[in-house]
Amino acid sequence: MATLEIKDLHVSVVSEDAPKEILKGVDLTIKAGETHAIMGPNGSGKSTLSYAIAGHPKYTITSGTVTLDGEDVLEMSVDERARAGLFLAMQYPVEVPGVSMSNFLRTAATAVRGEAPNLRHWVKEVKGAMADLDIDPAFAERSVNEGFSGGEKKRHEILQLGLLQPKVAILDETDSGLDVDALRVVSEGVNRYKASGEVGVMLITHYTRILKYIQPDFVHVFANGRIVESGGRELADVLESEGYVKYTGKTEAAALS
Amino acid sequence: MAALSTQPHSHGAVVPVSSRAEHFTSYDVDAFEVPGGREEIWRFTPLKRLAGLHSGAAATGTAAVEVNAASGVTVETVGRDDDRLGKAGVPGDRVAAQAYSSFEQATIVTLPGDAKTEPTTVTVTGAGSGTVAYGHLQIKASQFAEGTVILDFRGSGAYADNVEFLVADGAHLTVITIHDWADDAVHVSQHHVKLGRDATIKHTVVTLGGDVVRVTPVVQYAGRGGDAELFGLYFADAGQHQEHRPFIDHGQPNCRSNVVYKGALQGEGAHAVWIGDVLIRVAAEGTETFELNRNLILTDGARADSVPNLEIETGEIEGAGHASATGRFDDEQLFYLQARGIPEDQARRLVVRGFFQELIAKIAVPEVRERLEAAIEAELEAVGT
Repeated sequence: MATLEIKDLHVSVVSEDAPKEILKGVDLTIKAGETHAIMGPNGSGKSTLSYAIAGHPKYTITSGTVTLDGEDVLEMSVDERARAGLFLAMQYPVEVPGVSMSNFLRTAATAVRGEAPNLRHWVKEVKGAMADLDIDPAFAERSVNEGFSGGEKKRHEILQLGLLQPKVAILDETDSGLDVDALRVVSEGVNRYKASGEVGVMLITHYTRILKYIQPDFVHVFANGRIVESGGRELADVLESEGYVKYTGKTEAAALS
Repeated sequence: MAALSTQPHSHGAVVPVSSRAEHFTSYDVDAFEVPGGREEIWRFTPLKRLAGLHSGAAATGTAAVEVNAASGVTVETVGRDDDRLGKAGVPGDRVAAQAYSSFEQATIVTLPGDAKTEPTTVTVTGAGSGTVAYGHLQIKASQFAEGTVILDFRGSGAYADNVEFLVADGAHLTVITIHDWADDAVHVSQHHVKLGRDATIKHTVVTLGGDVVRVTPVVQYAGRGGDAELFGLYFADAGQHQEHRPFIDHGQPNCRSNVVYKGALQGEGAHAVWIGDVLIRVAAEGTETFELNRNLILTDGARADSVPNLEIETGEIEGAGHASATGRFDDEQLFYLQARGIPEDQARRLVVRGFFQELIAKIAVPEVRERLEAAIEAELEAVGT
């Protein structure tokens, strides 16, 4: 039973002048089998939370703890975190010119699984996973994310999620910029991952629309660097109709008008 | 269709002090003054490390030239008075003129006309530590010839040479020059390419070893329809100076050129210089040209200078452009790969390999490609240590 436990997490970003505190005491526990939606207005620190957990060098943890099954995540390097079972589907996946998607996927799978996957099985596995996400097989020979549209990038993030089978997945605004078809395909991919085993999901989103496809067990409202309210599915419905005004003092819709 | 209205037109990151068209050339070393280091064409080069190649050092040794010729390819060793020599171009600086005035024997490699030949390898081995040597090579692709020549420079010592490429009408020549010198070697080289009507050259320079390597490839067109592709791939380590100065001289209509040089640098005092000159003369209507240089700085203490110069004297061209970028290692790429479980050193290698992949993929000889991949791997072993 995987458990990701975040306790009183404070995170600063190193900017040009002084360090700026963005996360101001985040407490959250995600257990295997649970899906937690983190919802909040722009600039509330949602993405910072995801990057801090993944270990992006731009962010400094000033206090608090993050553990995965009791292991200190903050002590691990970025790649150790991934091999320990954490996965971050990024809002803006990075282009890596000259490195083919197939080489990248195989290298990542080898690292995470601890051994190179059997070639024949692997080819079949990747083909099937790509077909499930409506990804043209030609993408395997293209450079990682290079020249991909926003939707293609997101599909490839979920492709990696499916192949790497982490214990806990953090999905950072995976829904942003997706059209209706892509949102459905990507959501189905996340649901397949959820159904594949005892895994935890942290679903970061600004809008409620992805929650029509991916059922959250818990909904947390994120504002000003911390979780300000937690509830069940019904909290998303409240946000849907009322927006974030209650938390921020200014009008910002959580539903697409 | 870029119809430029201004004429003449000069354009570039740095406007040349004088037009490349007026650049002095001569076979006679004494026609050049000994450079002091402030001259435009020498200002990046560490003259003190040239072992006197620029200031009249006499030869104290001879570099060994060994040719592994493909079937049908002829190889001749000729004296300096052979009147076939010097036809592809005139030395453009004092070291090239010194080499032209000093070599004793030249090697002429001729690819047969109207035939396709397997790769031929020319291995040049320096005369040894502390020596000075001068040399001359001529590679001729006869009419409608099609083939590949690999120039492989190894060993120690100071060496200056001119390499001629005479590509006859309709011939297709592929050249891969590998500078895999020992750590102490100094090599100053001018390549002279003359392209006949509808002739093509794919000219790749690879620079890995040596203390100082300075290569000046010059391309001239003798007829319409010529096509030159110049690729460069270099990896400078601590203390190494690698300088590449391609010059494409468009003097004929309807010709094409494409220049892509990419380099990685690591370690204290690693220095790469790229000066890319393109001149489109009045007669060169319908020219299409592009040049690009990219540098990837892997560690502190390394430095890359990159200067593209584009001079356009006619408005009637198909297109002309240039680009240059020097960047630090991209931490975002590293983060992305590591976030997928790939350890940092492996992630770095992937990124650097990816950086060079575009050029390595263009090398059609598998053994050379594998050797380069292995060489890059070996260079990367040192990264981050």
